[in-house]
Amino acid sequence: MTVKALGKRRISNPHSFRKASPGDKALDVIIWVLVIFAVVVTLYPFLYVVSVSISEGSAVARGDVLLFPKGFSLDAFSMVTTNKQLWISYGNTFFYTIVGTLANVVFTCLGAYPLSRSHFFLRRPMNFYEAFTMYFSGGLIPTYIVVTGIGLYNSRLAMILPVLVSAYNLMICRSAMSSVPQDLFENAALEGANEFYMMTRIAVPLIKPTLAVLTLYYAVARYNDFFNAMLYLGDTNLQPLQIFLRRVLLQASNEVLQSAGGQAAAAAAENTLKIRYVCIVLSAVPIFVITPFVQKYLVSGTMLGAVKG
Amino acid sequence: MTVHAQKTRKPLGTLIIRDRHLLLMFLPVFLYYLIFAYLPMVGLVMGFEDFKMGSGFEGLFTSKWVGFKWFSQFFSSPFAFRLIRNTFLLSFYSLIFGFPIPIIFAVAITQLRSPRVAKVAQVITYLPYFISTVVVVGMMTNFLSPSTGIINQLISKLGGKPVNFMSDPSWFRKLYVISGSWQSFGFNSIIFVAAIMGIDPSLYEAMEVDGASRWQRIIHLIIPGISETIILLLIMTLGNLLNVGFEKVYLMYSPAVYETGDVISTYVYRQGIENHKYGYAAAVGLFYSAVGFAFVVASNRLARRVTGSSLW
Repeated sequence: MTVKALGKRRISNPHSFRKASPGDKALDVIIWVLVIFAVVVTLYPFLYVVSVSISEGSAVARGDVLLFPKGFSLDAFSMVTTNKQLWISYGNTFFYTIVGTLANVVFTCLGAYPLSRSHFFLRRPMNFYEAFTMYFSGGLIPTYIVVTGIGLYNSRLAMILPVLVSAYNLMICRSAMSSVPQDLFENAALEGANEFYMMTRIAVPLIKPTLAVLTLYYAVARYNDFFNAMLYLGDTNLQPLQIFLRRVLLQASNEVLQSAGGQAAAAAAENTLKIRYVCIVLSAVPIFVITPFVQKYLVSGTMLGAVKG
Repeated sequence: MTVHAQKTRKPLGTLIIRDRHLLLMFLPVFLYYLIFAYLPMVGLVMGFEDFKMGSGFEGLFTSKWVGFKWFSQFFSSPFAFRLIRNTFLLSFYSLIFGFPIPIIFAVAITQLRSPRVAKVAQVITYLPYFISTVVVVGMMTNFLSPSTGIINQLISKLGGKPVNFMSDPSWFRKLYVISGSWQSFGFNSIIFVAAIMGIDPSLYEAMEVDGASRWQRIIHLIIPGISETIILLLIMTLGNLLNVGFEKVYLMYSPAVYETGDVISTYVYRQGIENHKYGYAAAVGLFYSAVGFAFVVASNRLARRVTGSSLW
């Protein structure tokens, strides 16, 4: 079921608010307060960050910005966007996100398809082989030894290979492929199609909605991946945006100010905070732009995860 | 799930030839799990060894065997209790405060008289879930900064004394739980909204004919209608109870708040990656994995008993 269903099906009482009993009216008020509170609490931090990022530096320093921007200044934006490291990080993140997500989806399909074929003679042992990794892991240290041991330290592959296939997503993909009508495969087999053909021409096209959700999950995970970068990428030329953000937001790195150069001390102090908030804005833009487009698939995707056959 | 029994037993060679395409497809995934999941499990052996990094992966087989030395060292250290307590409490509080909010929100949003507002509210409240941990912790840290943060600026304006939230151990768990809830309540409500929408509409009509109020409808129809979803998710959450996200704690904490903020996974990171005590860190990690495994198996048993379905 998609979120659209919310709009189509009214669960709410057909009686109007005016005719409602006092108890029902009170309930309506409580519901409105709850929902409005939830929306305000969710949005406020983002609006505040955007407002600070475009306000006058002096107003920000005085603490005058509470919700709406005070004055208008794009100083911080120009400082951040002229920073070389930001664009290197941004470029790296896009590389890891695009190549990583593509690899994730391709290998998830390759793994899920055989497991969805009921006649595959290794189906049950391989299902277990894959699912067991969700419940027990070697943990941080042995994984670190393995990943660095096979030479992935300071390699772009360290952002892709160790997180190639998520067992959970593999299970979702497998369930979706299992629900494809079996006669489609049988007919294709009678006409001489091999398994590769059946996967790419029958299974994959029929589970597009599921793949859309998996692509979203994978892409967000690759875009936000901080952990692997922190462990395996020491070279700043390979590091993704999240590492840059951590330095600026959490480790009080003033690299952006320094590289902007020629700043009076006072202006620098005013701009430190603004620069941080500009970085947040720039990093969140792709997520805010893309997520609403895929959200109609979210419900079915989440349900798939929870209700497995 | 249907189980197709293999009635006629074919020789292995025939099966391999018949399923060669499927085997070829699965091979990369097989190798992936072998290298990145099962090899590290073998690597846990280093928890019983005096492993040195210089010895590389072969060091696993050549390092000196020390038995349970690292385990007894960990459990006799003052850190063991603190780490286990912190790990448990962070999860426990996240569960207690984080679990009911998506349910309440889902009920509210489906009972809203304006479906359009409900839809917009849903889309907005999903968003934080997709924001990175670095940004969430970055926003929190900057909002709470004693000098430039908006919260402390407001406190000062109201005549209060600035609070150094991020380096106060008594605030760590609260901040962890609140920010976690903020980030995930909208997303986690999706499944409950879907469950509520799945309730048979004729039941609503029947209740209306009987003259039930909307309160009664929530208590006697909606809550029971989604109780199975609630119980199943609760059990699954319990299974991951000790699975505290390393990343968020790591980004939030500092030595000043180790007392309440240091958890097993961050301790393993510091001991292993930063202090190069690989054997010791792997031993602590093994203990953590084993306890986590026990929780998952137990919760899965419970889920099977309650619903008849299982995750295995």
